Amino acid sequence: MTSLDEKSDEKSGDKPVGFGRMLRKEDARFLRGRGNYVDDVRLPGMLHGAVLRSPFAHARIVSVDAGAALAHPKVKAVITGETLAGLGLAWMPTLSHDVQAVLATDKVRFQGQEVAFVVAEDRYAARDALELIDVEYEPLPPVIDAKRALDPDAALIRDDIEGKTDNRIFDWEAGNRADTDAVFADARDDGVVVEQDILYPRVHPAPLETCGTVADLDPVTGKLTVWTTTQAPHAHRTVYALVAGLPEHKIRIISPDIGGGFGNKVGIYPGYVCAVVGSIVTGKPVKWMEDRSENLMSTSFARDYHMRGEIAATRDGKIRAVRVRVLADHGAFNGTAQPTKFPAGFFHVFTGSYDLEAAHCEVTGVYTNKAPGGVAYACSFRITEAAYLIERLVDVLAFELDLDPADLRMRNLLRPEQFPYTCPTGWEYDSGDYPRALQLAMDLAGYPELRREQAQRRDSADSTDALMGIGISFFTEAVGAGPRKHMDILGLGMADGAELRVHPTGKAVLRLSCQSQGQGHETTFAQIVAQELGIPPDDIDVVHGDTDQTPFGLGTYGSRSTPVSGAATAVVARKVRDRAKIVASAMLEVSPDDLEWEKGRWFVRGDPDQGATITEIAMAAHSSLELPDGVEGHLDATCVYNPPNLTYPFGAYLCVVDVDPGTGQVKVRRFIAVDDCGVRINPMIVEGQIHGGLADGIGMALMQVIAFDTDGNCLGGSFMDYLLPTSMECPSWELGETVTPSPHHPIGAKGVGESATVGSPAAVVNAVVDALAPYRVRHLDMPLTPANVWSAIQGRPLRTDLAIT
Amino acid sequence: MQVPAHFDYDRASTVEEALALLSRAGPGARVVAGGHSLIPMMKLRLAQPERLIDINDVTELSFIRVDGGELRIGAMVRHAQLLDSALVREHFPIMVDAERVIADPVVRNRGTVGGSVCQADPSEDLSAVFAALRATGVIRGPGGERTVSMREFHTGPYETVVAPDELLVQLRVPIMSGSASAYVKVERRAGDWPVAAAGAVLRLRGGTVAEVGIGLTAVGAEHFVATEAEDALRGLPATEANFAEAGRVAARHCRPAADQRGPVDYKRHLAGELTVRALRRAAARATGQEA
Amino acid sequence: MLITVTVNGTEYSRDVEPRLLLVHFLRDELGLTGTHWGCDTSNCGVCVVWLDRTPVKSCTVLAVMADGREVLTVEGMAGPDGLDPVQEGFMRCHGLQCGFCTPGMMLTARWLLDHNPDPSPEEIREAICGQVCRCTGYENIVRSVRWAAEHERTEHERTEHERAGEPAPTEPRQAEVPVP
Repeated sequence: MTSLDEKSDEKSGDKPVGFGRMLRKEDARFLRGRGNYVDDVRLPGMLHGAVLRSPFAHARIVSVDAGAALAHPKVKAVITGETLAGLGLAWMPTLSHDVQAVLATDKVRFQGQEVAFVVAEDRYAARDALELIDVEYEPLPPVIDAKRALDPDAALIRDDIEGKTDNRIFDWEAGNRADTDAVFADARDDGVVVEQDILYPRVHPAPLETCGTVADLDPVTGKLTVWTTTQAPHAHRTVYALVAGLPEHKIRIISPDIGGGFGNKVGIYPGYVCAVVGSIVTGKPVKWMEDRSENLMSTSFARDYHMRGEIAATRDGKIRAVRVRVLADHGAFNGTAQPTKFPAGFFHVFTGSYDLEAAHCEVTGVYTNKAPGGVAYACSFRITEAAYLIERLVDVLAFELDLDPADLRMRNLLRPEQFPYTCPTGWEYDSGDYPRALQLAMDLAGYPELRREQAQRRDSADSTDALMGIGISFFTEAVGAGPRKHMDILGLGMADGAELRVHPTGKAVLRLSCQSQGQGHETTFAQIVAQELGIPPDDIDVVHGDTDQTPFGLGTYGSRSTPVSGAATAVVARKVRDRAKIVASAMLEVSPDDLEWEKGRWFVRGDPDQGATITEIAMAAHSSLELPDGVEGHLDATCVYNPPNLTYPFGAYLCVVDVDPGTGQVKVRRFIAVDDCGVRINPMIVEGQIHGGLADGIGMALMQVIAFDTDGNCLGGSFMDYLLPTSMECPSWELGETVTPSPHHPIGAKGVGESATVGSPAAVVNAVVDALAPYRVRHLDMPLTPANVWSAIQGRPLRTDLAIT
Repeated sequence: MQVPAHFDYDRASTVEEALALLSRAGPGARVVAGGHSLIPMMKLRLAQPERLIDINDVTELSFIRVDGGELRIGAMVRHAQLLDSALVREHFPIMVDAERVIADPVVRNRGTVGGSVCQADPSEDLSAVFAALRATGVIRGPGGERTVSMREFHTGPYETVVAPDELLVQLRVPIMSGSASAYVKVERRAGDWPVAAAGAVLRLRGGTVAEVGIGLTAVGAEHFVATEAEDALRGLPATEANFAEAGRVAARHCRPAADQRGPVDYKRHLAGELTVRALRRAAARATGQEA
Repeated sequence: MLITVTVNGTEYSRDVEPRLLLVHFLRDELGLTGTHWGCDTSNCGVCVVWLDRTPVKSCTVLAVMADGREVLTVEGMAGPDGLDPVQEGFMRCHGLQCGFCTPGMMLTARWLLDHNPDPSPEEIREAICGQVCRCTGYENIVRSVRWAAEHERTEHERTEHERAGEPAPTEPRQAEVPVP
């Protein structure tokens, strides 16, 4: 079980001064309905926008007639692709060095693509006016099945790109092909090689708050203020400056409270740009909020990886190598959001948690007539796909060798003494004790008893009994992007700033570039400062989500807030502590070298009564006290943290399911999760993050999917069709923890926001497949809906990315 | 957010008032009760009524009572009210089974029995329940009241025999002594529309099926009923083998359509499997082996 | 048309289009933005408010249908003595993260406890199953509601004891953060 001890040794009231369980500071407003989300922003004279979208997946635009809409008494403007083309804004850059249409000018390339934007006095009128716009389309054959995208007769989607003749976006590889091929050849002769086609289907992050924006261009000052749902306010500002040609200092991005992000709110969507243009055109603030269908059909989807994995092993179960070929469906525009040098994100950490001789992957990205996106949804830049691949392959191997999957994993996990460990595709894992985590998960679950129960049930089985399945997954994440020399987004290095100012009375303000979407940054980051300086967390205001008020940084996604901004916070607090030492030395009239720190106070070594608290030092720093030459007054510091490496959280998950063979229904009975994310700043918040990710795993494994029919109609365009797990599908989570600090992070923390989303789907799928062992089912693709499970039992699992026919 | 197109709005507080408003408004008007089917359709602009007649104040239709050997359910009874009713629990566990899995508790606070059957969604649970129970709908219009068997109430997807100037006012369910009932549903997730569902009511006489009603949801059964399966089972001993045969007949005669909830073969299988399970549970209840 | 709705005990009259949804009436006409909207199709439940003392999804109720009726929103949950025990439970058990589903969840929880003062975790899960939370995985919401149930019971017992002139049982006031 999770350790109950408070990590902080000092407390103020019932709150730790530093790390430990602490109730959240931000809750006070949310509990009273006083949160301030984008749609809560109301400005005087504000107008409302609505987007007209394409009903077709692929069609040439013959004409757009907005005359009737413009005649609507409440309509103030109608913006079309032609309007934007006149401003040079019809296309915008994506985060993957492609371009994306803001409003379509030549063709529409996916169902739901933006065609026109209406600005009206109220949101109802804006919606009404959409029906008055007359668009003539000439339908073209759509490319829907990714596996057919490179066929010679496939329609060319991106005829806007000069010289483009097919739908290929990129070919990319990692690892050593020759070494890997050699191991596979060897294993084929004297060992075992298992292959499996594995689809990680298209899903959507679907935060409960959809995406939206309020754009307000002040016609007098020329300042553009944009309240928007963004996980990366500073990146948005820079992109607006680059896209719209507006001077960056005249742009202010405010990301107020965010109703969940999960990667959906990283990119810039056409509606945002249209709202900005709407404000420019009308001279009024313009609000645009997506409806749910718009959110699901047009904004960043995630995954859509068609993988063919192969695993090579000895006959006694020593895993030797992994090889994978991926067809990556990127949709109509390449808008994946990841560091520039990594077109497949960090997928090549598919080497997982095992000691391999060799590994190699090839990834081919293709265009299809579907919404753009791909890297989103708590995926740690495609480590979801990687972890799912390797953990399914290990179970497939266990199936073929008839080995216990826990035993097979235990035999192959990296051992603690191998860290730091460089995997065959080049990642340097910082620290870990994998066997300990797996053993703890098995102990918490009562693994041998579960296997006994399963054996008994199978022996006494009546064909109508529920089938019991036990699934394990062990994941290694690579989070906290990242070192500037390797990692940038649109040329912006992935370092984060932090600014800390201690006021004269000892209270403090911390300014950060990252952006909470529910992760509790206002509490956690205050606790980091508290740990370093001894100032109670309630006395520290954490400012974020406003580019005019915070230092530059890349934002919150990829579990990077604690690894990067958290490190920046610790470093900037230590800088303040060093400055405080000099001030204290002046106050106490001793050399700084004679001072020692205890939490919240510098004192004279050997004379503990002689000292000054941080509060006293803060006042002195602002006073007339004479300071040594070269030491400025006040008590503040700034820093930019450039991470030396990623951090590598890991965990062992175990899921128990019961499957009804007569209906295919899956019931998750238990879920045990042991996470190691290094040092935990606020264990309560960490556990909450894990809970949420585990629910994602249930959702993706069992119900979430964005499929398409052959015409390119999106079949997951509402919450009636795109199912999210409810309280009824989620069990009461059973958590455990181990702590292996990161050796290179200032406070040893690793980041945990996405771990459970990355690690849990494989545990659920492995459990269901384990339950189906009596039917010799080796694999079926997510989501494991009742229909899919039943069909797999009949020997014909469904293809889940396409319409069921 | 999706918003409805313009319409006019009237509120009725009695059935007579509602009928008068309907007559005056003509065929462009729609009655709204809970609104949980109609308002989403209006937001998508798949439904664009010119006028809505709100009958939420028509409290005279909020009754559940036993009268003349029938359970009588007013059309304005909310799902939650049906689920909580001691009378319903006593006489028709099938309704409790169904109501527990219709949408979710908050929707059930608002949605009504009459609204559900009048929406006539092929995936709507209560239609199959009332069909299995051989219930009667009471419809009132300008010309007075008429009754229609719930096995003839639906004329197609989203279509019923209720004319634009009429109102469904109550459902009458015959109470058969010695009968027991059950409803079984497969859904992809709590609150989802059914992949398939089956309801069964059984009257046993000395171990023999004296009468049986089988309703099917979401599998293309005409009028939500598995008549052929009923005929196949009636008069036979209530055995597992006979239930299985009834299931096979039910599966054979339904016409499911493939959608994201499943392919045709799976839904057909479920029609049979769930028929068997509903019969099995009803029989267990009849013999006191299950509550 | 002119409607009058009592919201959190205050009567408001507004001239609205019949098509205005209750959620927009609360948010846009009255500025009560604690009620959110999330899905259009009455699936997600972030818009739950009480209408005549019953939780409903306000994205699927017309404002005109609330004419002459009473509405309770999250802004009306706290009493003069402070937070409702449900609100306090959500805070103490980390029952919220992004806060978007929280108002609806709390209003349903309040209604549940009014009708079932000692619900089991399963009963709590069933009560909130029409309301989606993307952050918490529901476990801490269940614990929050249980916290409120236990806290209210203690409060209730103390009141009873005081009435009987007996010493009150000790109140569990310390931070009870969730422990798995």
